Amino acid sequence: MSGTGDQVSTDGEHGSPNGEPLLVLEGIDTFYGPIHILQGLNLEVRAGELVCLLGGNASGKSTTLKTILGIVEPRNGTVRLEGEDVTRRPTSYRIRKGIAIVPENRRLFAPMTVLENLEMGAYLHGGGSKEDFERVYSLFPVLYERRSQLAGTLSGGEQQMVAMGRALMAKPKLLLMDEPSMGLAPILVERSFEIIKQVHEAGVAMLVVEQNANVSLSIADRGYVLSTGRLVLEGKADELRENEDLRKAYLGR
Amino acid sequence: MAGSGSDIPPVPTRPEQAPAPRIGVDEWVATHEARRDLGRGLVGVVRRELERVPRPGFYLAFAVAAALLPVVTSNGYVIRVGFDTLLYMLLALGLNIVVGYAGLLDLGYVAFYGFGAYGYAMLASPKFGLHWSTLAVVPVVVVATAILGFLVALPSRRLLGDYLAIVTLFFGQLFVTVVQNGQAMSFLGFTRPYDVTGGPNGIPDIDPFNAFGGRISSLDGYYYAALAIFLAALAAVYLVDQSRTGRAWKSLREDALAAELMGMPVNRLKLVAFAFGAAIAGLTGTLFAALNTAVFAADFDVPTLIIVYAMLILGGAGSLGGVILGALIVNVSLEVLRTPGHATWVFYGLLAATLVVKVRPWRWLAAVVVGTAGLGFAAHAVAAAAWPRGVHGEPAVGGVLGSGLRHWVLLPTDPRTIGNVAFVCLVLAVLWVTTLRGWAQKLALVPTLYLAAFVWENRLIDEPSVTRLILVGVILIVLMNARPQGLVGSARVEIV
Ligand SMILES: Nc1ncnc2c1ncn2[C@@H]1O[C@H](COP(=O)(O)OP(=O)(O)O)[C@@H](O)[C@H]1O
Ligand SMILES: [Mg+2]
Repeated sequence: MSGTGDQVSTDGEHGSPNGEPLLVLEGIDTFYGPIHILQGLNLEVRAGELVCLLGGNASGKSTTLKTILGIVEPRNGTVRLEGEDVTRRPTSYRIRKGIAIVPENRRLFAPMTVLENLEMGAYLHGGGSKEDFERVYSLFPVLYERRSQLAGTLSGGEQQMVAMGRALMAKPKLLLMDEPSMGLAPILVERSFEIIKQVHEAGVAMLVVEQNANVSLSIADRGYVLSTGRLVLEGKADELRENEDLRKAYLGR
Repeated sequence: MAGSGSDIPPVPTRPEQAPAPRIGVDEWVATHEARRDLGRGLVGVVRRELERVPRPGFYLAFAVAAALLPVVTSNGYVIRVGFDTLLYMLLALGLNIVVGYAGLLDLGYVAFYGFGAYGYAMLASPKFGLHWSTLAVVPVVVVATAILGFLVALPSRRLLGDYLAIVTLFFGQLFVTVVQNGQAMSFLGFTRPYDVTGGPNGIPDIDPFNAFGGRISSLDGYYYAALAIFLAALAAVYLVDQSRTGRAWKSLREDALAAELMGMPVNRLKLVAFAFGAAIAGLTGTLFAALNTAVFAADFDVPTLIIVYAMLILGGAGSLGGVILGALIVNVSLEVLRTPGHATWVFYGLLAATLVVKVRPWRWLAAVVVGTAGLGFAAHAVAAAAWPRGVHGEPAVGGVLGSGLRHWVLLPTDPRTIGNVAFVCLVLAVLWVTTLRGWAQKLALVPTLYLAAFVWENRLIDEPSVTRLILVGVILIVLMNARPQGLVGSARVEIV
């Protein structure tokens, strides 16, 4: 491990105080054809931070991630990674800059083994070193047991772990997660959020997209709330948890 | 790239001891599918044992068996069929990279085969007075075919599936047309016309394989050359398959977007697969040209393409063992079915196999068989009394089957018209039977089976070239129903 610890700050909730945030979205307008989906979106994630983006169905959460990755291009606004404007850069460039994603529905390579899935995650790093695998296996011991099983035959919770492990194999600076709790039993949701927290504590900045406000706010540093393509709320996680509107809309209490 | 400070710290403990949360531990559910797929009982035991043999072990067994063929038989016809089968295996091997690994639908594939054959023919024949050594021609042709493949795929690399299929189909037809009319080609109309491809006359008098002063002149020699080339290509493809590139192909075929999100250069990987497959086809073409000593455009047209695809799909796209099996089964079937006597056995064998698989329980099966037999003998007896013309013919097959059929199926003396009518009735009857359920279906099966035998004996048997294709089609359909993933292809695993 190289001894450059300047970016990982575990001292404060807001990540590194020095320099640019890892990710900045500024005034993003994204369209699908004539349909205006994201409307003037501003968002940032600092190094080492865990940010959650909350929103109901079809509020534009996945579209935000697609905009960050360059799968769709915004009509207006800029996407900045570590201070560099990447708005017109292709997806591959952004990936190489250190973003990884756990996509919606996980999108595992079903007929390939767990090991091969992890290896593909580290494609840009020559398939991953022994240390990379060890690190993922230490987070997900089950994956070590299941390493030669086909990913498609795993249970839902295990698939979620493969998807996270695969993304972590790329040693990302910023990890995007699209609805990690989707399709999991409640008990598995809590446990996978424990793992998310663990990954975050290891120093990876994360943007977690969720419909489940309760559990995501419990581990996040900050949160944004998206409603039909607009941000309607943002703030520290504990403040959001106390927010009346959010409670009514999402927490149901 | 990786050296920045945001790396995750190293592993604290051995994976097994890490105090991490464990979710979704449910081994039984997770491995259930895999267990079920292998099956129970004796079949399951055999399959499980076979599963443990490393794959190169199978290839070695195949190599030994194939190498022994000219030893156990000196029948030139058999060895010729063996040679052709090896050529098809090579073609299927190359197509497997394009379709099976990278998931690209290449409908112009045999044009690369033709390009290789014509390339060899032009560089090693009196056509242009060039008589290059095989050691020079083959590498040049293979590299040229790879480059051609690269160029064909380049414009359509951004376009997905269907577009690539159309572009390559167009390319394949273009190749055939150009070659067929290539006896008077002029460069953009500026030069006088040259005879480049020989047009419909093809290129004759092609040199045999030759190197170091020697030449291959016997069929056995070509058989071994084809075997050696196939095994070398198989080894190369196997190694690539086991490499990171092989797994990258597999993953981009599974989910190109996910692969792109892992940072894979999706387009480059596709191009490489396409060119690699083309190169193998080109290599096969040189063998074809050298053995046949003449090439014609018609050998590289759609029928060949269909056969290679059938082999690949039957064996299981994406599987190397499937390539071997698929090519073997399809080509040998096509040969066997050339003889009406053999074809009759295959026909009744297929009927019997379908009944055994589809009609359950066995009491129903027995009832259907007895009913069909009884119906036949009864019809025969009635016809013998009331319609003598109807029992005058002879079945095409001799022996036990033939004498049985003579007393069972109606064989009118001039069966053409009645055969055609019966054929139409048979198609309708089959459609009708598939809509029925339960005992009604079993009951309807009896006359349908008899009708099938009647149509076979009186009509289909007279057109072996058509019948052969129909039968291979039926074999494919039956096998596909039994094993949708192909004979040895692994089941496609869906994420639910
Ligand atoms: N590829 C697409 N083309 C057109 N409309 C789309 C596309 N993807 C998403 N949408 C629409 O954009 C809106 C936001 O979608 P999305 O970002 O996926 O929502 P979610 O918050 O559930 O992830 C939805 O109304 C959806 O129908
Ligand atoms: Mg979504």
